[in-house]
Amino acid sequence: MAEKPRLKLPAEAKKGEVIEIKTLLPHVMESGQRKDKDGNAIPRKIINKFACEFNGKPVFSVNLDPAIAANPYMQFNAKVDESGTFKFTWTDDDGTITMAEEKITVS
Amino acid sequence: MRQLSRRTALALGAAGAALGFVGSGRPASAAAKETADQIAQFTGGKTAEKGKVTIELPEIAENGNTVPLSVAVDATMAADNYVSEILIVADGNPNPGVATFHFSPMSGKAAASTRIRLAATQNIIAVAKTSKGEFFTNQKLVKVTIGGCGG
Repeated sequence: MAEKPRLKLPAEAKKGEVIEIKTLLPHVMESGQRKDKDGNAIPRKIINKFACEFNGKPVFSVNLDPAIAANPYMQFNAKVDESGTFKFTWTDDDGTITMAEEKITVS
Repeated sequence: MRQLSRRTALALGAAGAALGFVGSGRPASAAAKETADQIAQFTGGKTAEKGKVTIELPEIAENGNTVPLSVAVDATMAADNYVSEILIVADGNPNPGVATFHFSPMSGKAAASTRIRLAATQNIIAVAKTSKGEFFTNQKLVKVTIGGCGG
């Protein structure tokens, strides 16, 4: 599941501005409710946690349940007071962590 | 859903009542009690005040596999008083939990959007918690044409 996440956020912002961040990670989000064609339950495999940090400080995070649709999409906001780096992490049920970073210049 | 004759329906109803539905396995959707339990766990038994929370969802979702959801709380995000968490539950899914959003003053706004799965027509309930331990809630009914839990 080494899919590349998609990020959308501005590269520049004014000090104190509240920016909008959109993220999406391609992932099946197998709910554990479905059965295969032989009637066997397909085991659950979802992204159960998403987190966003800015310069090491927590901005936003989510605990996801199987009721989140495939390719989990998250839109949220961040107030930026200084230039720095956003770090995004997605945690899979199997322990795999997908990471991404994006820089922003604040003037 | 297969059409039941009146007789079959009555017989099934009687059998169900006799058994009290014990041993019939989990019901297809989360019972209202499970949903209430999850909310009570989140609030620590406190009653959430209705209001301040806005839920945006389509009135009719044609495809329950991906339903856009936005939630926002009308509150400040000051360092000493901010919305710290929003719990989203659905009372007609196999499990009530949908997501829990965690905010910080650095979030700027107590708002988030995602896409959810809905198995059937049901209520979506959002409960917001502030850093001062206040709780606010709201709910919205969504009609689902095609359920999104596979089968």
